[in-house]
Amino acid sequence: MNITTYLKGFFNGLWSLLVGMKTTLRIFFRKKTTECYPENRGTLKMFDRFRGELTLIHNENNEHKCIACGICELNCPNHTIRVVSEKITDADGKTTRVLQRYEYDLGSCMFCELCTRTCPHGALAFTPTFENAVYTRSKLVLKLNREGSKLANKK
Amino acid sequence: MFDFSVVTKWVDDLLNGILSPTWATFIEFVLIGVCILTAYAVIALALIYIERKVCAFFQCRLGPNRVGPFGLLQSVADMFKMLIKEIIDIKHNDKFLFNLAPYVVIAASVLAFGCIPFGKGLHILDFNIGIFFLIAVSSIGVVGILLAGWSSNNKYSLIGAMRSGAQMISYELSIGLSILTIVIFAGSMQLSTIVESQANGWFLFRGHIPALIAFLVYLVAGTAETNRGPFDLPEADSELTAGYHTEYSGMHFGFFYLAEYLNLFIVAAVASTLFLGGWMPLHIPGWDGFNQIMDYIPSPLWFLGKTAVMIFIMMWFKWTFPRLRIDQLLRLEWKYLLPINLINLVLMVIIVVFKIHF
Repeated sequence: MNITTYLKGFFNGLWSLLVGMKTTLRIFFRKKTTECYPENRGTLKMFDRFRGELTLIHNENNEHKCIACGICELNCPNHTIRVVSEKITDADGKTTRVLQRYEYDLGSCMFCELCTRTCPHGALAFTPTFENAVYTRSKLVLKLNREGSKLANKK
Repeated sequence: MFDFSVVTKWVDDLLNGILSPTWATFIEFVLIGVCILTAYAVIALALIYIERKVCAFFQCRLGPNRVGPFGLLQSVADMFKMLIKEIIDIKHNDKFLFNLAPYVVIAASVLAFGCIPFGKGLHILDFNIGIFFLIAVSSIGVVGILLAGWSSNNKYSLIGAMRSGAQMISYELSIGLSILTIVIFAGSMQLSTIVESQANGWFLFRGHIPALIAFLVYLVAGTAETNRGPFDLPEADSELTAGYHTEYSGMHFGFFYLAEYLNLFIVAAVASTLFLGGWMPLHIPGWDGFNQIMDYIPSPLWFLGKTAVMIFIMMWFKWTFPRLRIDQLLRLEWKYLLPINLINLVLMVIIVVFKIHF
C-alpha cells in the first residue's frame, strides 16, 4: 500500500462518513411518522388499500347491488361468507333470487379480497376501519345487508 | 461568575466548628459520596432517556412518550423494574468474581466521575496529575469487563469480553495520546489549571490544527472506549447475544448498563473539559461586553451544555455509522488513528515550542 492510496482511502472514508452524518441529521429533523393512536382517533386516516372489514356497499336509498349469486361464498377459502337467499316469483312468472341475509364471519376472514375481486357487480368492498375487537367470537359474525335494504335497480 | 467554593468552604467551616476534625472529614466524605452517587444515578437515567429519544428521532419515531409528560419518567420506571428483579444464580461459574465484576466496573466509572470539574469550585478530586488519574481509573473498567466475561462460564461472554478488552486497550492509546497533545499545549495535568487557562479562548480554537485533529481522534477513540456503536462489538446481539453481560440479571446487569451510559458522559465531559473549556464561558479576547454577558450564565450550565453537545455528537455517530468488524476496528486504530496521533503530537510540540498558537 503506497502513501497516496492510503491518504486517498482515508479522506474518501472521512468524506463518506460526513455525508452519512448529513443524511441522518436531515432525518432527525424530519416530521415523525409515529401515530399516537388513542389520542388521534378522531383524525387518524388509514391508507386506502387497508383491509379492515368486509362491507356490502349501500347507497343513500338503502340499496345494495348484491344479486345473491353466491360467487363470493364459493370463492371464500375459509367459508367466511354465507349468502342466504330465497327465490321469489313475481306477477309475470319470472323467478329471481333475492338476498335475505349476507353473513360474514370476521373471525375467520383472512382478508384475501377474493370476494371483492370476483363479485360481478362490485357490491363488496373492504373498509379501512380496524377497531374490530370484541369479547366473544359470536359477535364477530356480522350481517352485512342492512335492515330493509333491497337490490338497486339496474340503470 | 459565582464561585461554588464559597458553598463548600461554608459547609467545611460549619462542620469543623461543631465537630472534631476527624468527624467533620468523615461527614464530608459521606456527603460527597451521597452527592456523587445521586448525580451518577440521575445523569445515567437522563442519558438513557435522551439516548432513546435521540435514537427514535433519527429513525423518524417519537420514542418513549407514555410514562409521564413526554415519557420523562420512562427510565425511572425502568430503573424501578430493574431494582425489584431477582438476581439469578448461575450454576458452574466463579461466584466471587461473577459478583465482583459489576462493582469493579461501576467503581471505575464513579472514580472517573469524581475527577470531572462540574463548575467553578465544583470539583471533587483535583490534584496535579488529575488527567493522568482519570485515564488510569477509567481503564479499571476493562478489568471488570474481562472478569465478567471470564467468570460467567459462557463462551459468548468470554468472546465478548476478549473483544472488549482488545478494543478498549487499543483505543486507550489513542485517547491517551490525544489527551497528551492537549496536556503539552496546556502545560499542566491538573484539570482545574487546564480549565482556567482556557479563559481567553478554548483549546479547540487556540491550538488550531493539532487541537482539531486531537479532538476528532478523541471523539472516535472515545466512542470506541465506551463500547458504543459503531464500535459495539462486545455486545454484538446477533453473534454474542449480549457479550460480557449475557449472564447477568437484575441490578448486576443494571450496574453494567449504568456504567456504560456514565462512561459516555465521562468521555463527553473530558472532551468538553479539554477541548471546549469545561465550565469556562465562551470568551473572545477584546469583546469585554460580550464576555461579561457570557459570565452571567452559571458555570455548571456551561459545562452541562458542552457535554450535552458532545453526547449528542456521539449518539449521532451511533445511529449513523454501520458497525465495524473486529479486524476493521483494530486496523482503524493501529493503521490510522495511532500514526495520525503521533504525527499530531510532534506537530503540537513544534507549535508550542515556536509559540505559533493564538
